[in-house]
Amino acid sequence: MEFFLISLLNGVSYGLLLFMLSSGLTLIFSMMGVLNFAHAAFYMLGAYIAYQISVAVGFWPALVLAPIVVGIAGALFERYALRRVHKFGHVPELLVTFGLAYCITEFVQLIWGRAPVDYRIPAVLDGPLFTIYTTTFPAYRGFMMLVAVLMLVAVYLLFTKTRIGLVIQGALTHPEMVEALGHNVPRVFMTVFGGGCALAGLAGVIGGNAFVTEPGMAATVGSIIFVVVVVGGMGSLVGAFIASLLIGIVQTFAVALDYSFVTLFAKYGTAITPDAFGYPVLKLTISQVAPILPYLLLVLILIFRPRGIMGKRDD
Amino acid sequence: MTDGGRTRPRALMRTLKFAPLDIGRSALWLLFVIVLVVSPLIFKSSLSLTILSQIGTLIIVCLSYNMLIGQAGMLSFGHAVYVGLGAFIAIHVMNAASSGTFTVPTTLIPLVGGIAGAFFGVLFGYVTTKRSGTTFAMITLGIGELVAASSLMLPEFFGGEAGITTNRVIGQPLLGLTFGPQIQVYYLIAAWTLICTVLMYAFTLTPLGRMANAVRDNPERAEFVGYNTQRVRYLVVIIAGFFAGIAGGLAAINFEIVSSENVGTVRSGAYLLFTFLGGVGFFFGPIIGAVIFVLSFVMLSELTKAWLLYLGIFFLLMVMYAPGGIASLIMMNLRVAKFGKFKRLWVPYSGVLVAGIVLFVGIVSLIEMIYHYQLESGGDTHMRLFGLTVDTSSAATWIVAAIVSAVGAVLMRIASQRFANVWGGAQSEIQQQIERSLA
Repeated sequence: MEFFLISLLNGVSYGLLLFMLSSGLTLIFSMMGVLNFAHAAFYMLGAYIAYQISVAVGFWPALVLAPIVVGIAGALFERYALRRVHKFGHVPELLVTFGLAYCITEFVQLIWGRAPVDYRIPAVLDGPLFTIYTTTFPAYRGFMMLVAVLMLVAVYLLFTKTRIGLVIQGALTHPEMVEALGHNVPRVFMTVFGGGCALAGLAGVIGGNAFVTEPGMAATVGSIIFVVVVVGGMGSLVGAFIASLLIGIVQTFAVALDYSFVTLFAKYGTAITPDAFGYPVLKLTISQVAPILPYLLLVLILIFRPRGIMGKRDD
Repeated sequence: MTDGGRTRPRALMRTLKFAPLDIGRSALWLLFVIVLVVSPLIFKSSLSLTILSQIGTLIIVCLSYNMLIGQAGMLSFGHAVYVGLGAFIAIHVMNAASSGTFTVPTTLIPLVGGIAGAFFGVLFGYVTTKRSGTTFAMITLGIGELVAASSLMLPEFFGGEAGITTNRVIGQPLLGLTFGPQIQVYYLIAAWTLICTVLMYAFTLTPLGRMANAVRDNPERAEFVGYNTQRVRYLVVIIAGFFAGIAGGLAAINFEIVSSENVGTVRSGAYLLFTFLGGVGFFFGPIIGAVIFVLSFVMLSELTKAWLLYLGIFFLLMVMYAPGGIASLIMMNLRVAKFGKFKRLWVPYSGVLVAGIVLFVGIVSLIEMIYHYQLESGGDTHMRLFGLTVDTSSAATWIVAAIVSAVGAVLMRIASQRFANVWGGAQSEIQQQIERSLA
């Protein structure tokens, strides 16, 4: 029970972090049809900038400033690079973000070096939040969940209750009409791209010190968030939410489970010896295969439900 | 589109004209063969032989990748899976052959890799080709990660961190060829490169190759004509996997080691990057990409630590300003020259060149100085830069570098605008000339 609750809480907090990343990605994709390959790179940039700000003036200003800086960087990229290749089609759009991801990763190493930086959790949040049986749940994890939920609510309210949100929604389905009504649709796109990047930056601010801030951090989450948006259904925020939690929980549980096919068969009285066929595969424990579980889920979803959990279109 | 056949019948006839002997094309093929045969006689050092062998292998990889992205419009982030798994199967077969289980001549090992590549194309292609476009790209990324993660989980097959090693000298020498010396390996690779290049070129002329273009350009219409676009994509993935596997087999022979980084996503990204730099719109583009690939990996990485950053910036600029890659730049300039309008481009071109050199010197100095400052700040603040010794601790050097970059940027802006005007004028004149000749 103790293991179950703690793993569930950790899984949910990891899943919420994944959702903070995938929501920005989904937003940009559903608006502009652009898959932002550099999304995880913006997440990393957010963590590094937050580190730099927190060294200078502390964590709380970084929480606000770093996402703004990342958002501006994203908006500038949209304005001066992405918009230029828009006329060439979707593949160059994807490639330009791929190139950007490459450049950001190298740029980060250029500025902050190749080793992890010492980006710490603020002292206020550095302690246990509560204790379940004997295991403590860190306060920072709770803070992560709080920020993620607040962000989710804020984005939801922004989209449904404000004028800006209505214009964005309109530009999504009827760009010509919105343009005819006098709104600057390219600027709306720029704002959305910048906003999506800012969300990634925010995830970086709170994820960077929970995990580790290093040049490889973009690659570790990068492919997983793509899995999330495909599994959730391209362009569906609800789908991305479900898929994020699912993957977060599955991965957290998997790393703690030390069972393999060998132990499973042993339970039913069949002993598998090292010279049995396929022993190298059968002896792998669940914790060992944890890194590939999201990708296996992706393959299964594609075979049985190609449009994803909540996907609408079947392109 | 609909009135093309009615109002411009002559134009249609002209494009469909059968050319029994295309002198230019035959000359290019002959040149390709000559370059393959003669290069090791000119560049004799062992380093250049290694480079040439790698280029041969990568030509096949990049051409096979171009089957996906260029011909069928499938942006794959997992091409290294086919190359790498082909190499792994090939190396296991080589090890089994040398232990005497059965005999396979070294010359045919690449074919083993190719069959393995095609097999994995059948396996993974079934999943990846279910979707097209952006989703396809992400699924290939997922498959790439899946294989890369599995490669670390199964050290029995993938050899863990160290990889699998082999000895390419197996069996009895055939006609005195043991494939021990690098020169013999080079000619083996060159022969396979030529065969594969011819086959892949032939593929572009087959009905399936043509259908792949149709699926790339207008999948909806291809469906209406009665083709299953998913099946076309699937077949292309399998065939591309076959050629990628051949290249993997050649790499296994060449390096005598295959490790899990050969199937990694970084490698897949590199294949994509260089194929694109070479040019996906033309058949010969990826060949240029393969040459740049090896030269930058071997030489640029020797020259500077920041080479990946330069590559990334170069790639970004290419995507933004020349999405057809280097091949398209060559072809566009050839077209201008063919219509006799190249004369007026000399002045703007040299303007862009001068501005580009100033900008390049400025930016490169800044990047190199930051790198030096960050990574080698162990006391010595002096470094060599463009033949000068500069001190990275003095503000003056930084200010000079910044000023040079700024001047370069301003010059570039002026020069590129001038160039764009002249270039655009020449292009529209050519367009008018073509339309007049068709009317």
